[in-house]
Amino acid sequence: MRRIRIVIAKPGLDGHDRGAKVIARSLRDAGMEVIYTGLRQTPEQIVDAALQEDADAIGVSILSGAHNHICPRLMELLKQRGLDDVIVLVGGIIPEVDVPKLNKIGIDGIFPPGTPMQSIVDYLTNHVRPETDLQQ
Amino acid sequence: MKKTVKSPAASSKREFTTVSGHSVNELYSEVDIGDVDYASDLSGPGKYPFTRGIHEAGYGGKLWTMRQFAGFGSPEETNARYKELQAAGGTGLSVAFDLPTLMGRDPDHDLSLGEVGKCGVNVSSVVDMERLFDGVALDQVTTSMTINSPAAIIFAMYLVVAERQGVPWDALSGTIQNDILKEYIAQKEYIYPPKPSMRLVTDVFSFCADRVPRWNTISVSGYHIREAGSTALQELAFTLRDGIEYIQYGVDAGISVDRFAPRVSFFFNAHNDFFEEIAKYRAARKLWANVMRERFGARSDRSLKLRFHAQTAGVSLTAQQPYNNVVRTSIQALASVIGGTNSLHTNSLDEALALPSRDAALLALRTQQLIAHESGVPEVTDPFGGSFFLERLTRDLEIGALEYFEKIDQFGGMVEAIEQGFPQSEIANSAFRFQQEIESGERSLVGVNEHIEDKSETPFETLYIDEAVAERQVAALQEVKSKRDSMQVIAALDAVRMAAEGTQNLMDPLLEAVRAHATLGEICDSLRDVWGEYEEAAFL
Repeated sequence: MRRIRIVIAKPGLDGHDRGAKVIARSLRDAGMEVIYTGLRQTPEQIVDAALQEDADAIGVSILSGAHNHICPRLMELLKQRGLDDVIVLVGGIIPEVDVPKLNKIGIDGIFPPGTPMQSIVDYLTNHVRPETDLQQ
Repeated sequence: MKKTVKSPAASSKREFTTVSGHSVNELYSEVDIGDVDYASDLSGPGKYPFTRGIHEAGYGGKLWTMRQFAGFGSPEETNARYKELQAAGGTGLSVAFDLPTLMGRDPDHDLSLGEVGKCGVNVSSVVDMERLFDGVALDQVTTSMTINSPAAIIFAMYLVVAERQGVPWDALSGTIQNDILKEYIAQKEYIYPPKPSMRLVTDVFSFCADRVPRWNTISVSGYHIREAGSTALQELAFTLRDGIEYIQYGVDAGISVDRFAPRVSFFFNAHNDFFEEIAKYRAARKLWANVMRERFGARSDRSLKLRFHAQTAGVSLTAQQPYNNVVRTSIQALASVIGGTNSLHTNSLDEALALPSRDAALLALRTQQLIAHESGVPEVTDPFGGSFFLERLTRDLEIGALEYFEKIDQFGGMVEAIEQGFPQSEIANSAFRFQQEIESGERSLVGVNEHIEDKSETPFETLYIDEAVAERQVAALQEVKSKRDSMQVIAALDAVRMAAEGTQNLMDPLLEAVRAHATLGEICDSLRDVWGEYEEAAFL
């Protein structure tokens, strides 16, 4: 039985880490293994962390509007490293017009301000691949 | 904080707390304020300890400054917004810079990718600064600039723009935020380690005392601490303790306290809990007056008076049912006015979604104008003074803040407390507790955990900043670089490095570098060469 392992990261220049930290603690309380990277992580560093930690998922917190640059790069690197099965979640301020762009590159889990924590937990438990032998 | 006296009505079984978790009774009476003495704890407005306000006439002499924080895209776009806000009755300018500028990076740097002009205006040289204030006579406005780690450099750019307009520096007034401690504590836009960063701050103190005497050299900020999740008490305590740290560093740098303390200003949040916020501002004035007189031996009345700007709580606004945000902002703004704010920014209803649109920004300004001119509230100074409840809250916040001061003193000071992660973990714990209360429904957020509507589209258009801004700013940067004398730039940057290695005031070499059209990124890099960069340990 293996617990869900998730890397929580804060990419870009922004330092507003309240959301990332609250999510990290909540997911830990929900029984997941949480690896928090800290601030100003490049997509390369985030993917390295996911690889090293054998993560099932990556959660990035972006409030600054840099998602259009960060997310495509992140998805491309995951593909290059053979980590296409790692689920990517984005939390923060994502304008409605950008949501289809993120969906198109394979990011479905987009969680805007005011999202109940349970819906993030549910999303993860429903989407992390079944062959990783999750807890019941 | 435990109450020492039981109120006769404190028998209700339901437990109420303020938004910050301070317990609240259903009714307050005389017995609740047995420890409050009018003459020594309150006194009149304009009289020590200034609990009831710093001006004897309250707002009778002058209303607060209506200072709407704005900045997005290129300097031209932001300049146009300033002119709209001024035309609509705004009475002060306030610059929001983008993340590359806040972090001392030029728009063509790798780390600036996707961030240029997004959260504020992009400024990388004095040429951008001239574009930002085009058509704005700097002796006719007061300007606040929200910039911290590179504050001294951005301030130097402003001074050079004044120089080029022919405006003498002693005719300038405004505020540079320049509060690096709250960056380590809360907002995390730091570049250098704490010690050299503090030197930049005290260099600005002494430079302005000599040459820009009407400028507020710092805005010690609780706003960001609160937004990061602190309670009202923590906001109050950490902000004032930061203030103490700056005064101590200034004194240690050899500046006499009454020369620079009058130009130290503050910046607080205006959150949802109406009475607790009013109490917070009153307690802040009293604590500061006392600290300045007793701890630092300040003699000038101007050193004792805490002047502050307030901004309504961005974090309290919701993406769901965004029109509700107008109401939240009105209540918060009203609390800050009753609390005697000297300057105010009211948030726009769309701020949980994007940077404010023009219409949303105007409505936010109108909110202040309605309070100022229609509500009658500003006519009476400290109108709730003497209220059993408010005086109890004010006193409790004061006592709680003094306890925090003691704890932080035990670390050896705020810089040391930050290095040990103390204020950071206090805030993270409060933020987590608040979120749990929202999740459990213990605390209500209308439209989010109660009175929810089915998800619908945002009912208005929001501001969208596209990537063309970055391209234009990079092109403008290249033009600046192609037209300048590169030998002069190299010499100026060398002088900055040398000054950073030594102990001379950095402002003059920074001004020379700015005049030579060295860029923000280049100047910050010169300082990085000498001081290195600060990295925070990642902890939850």
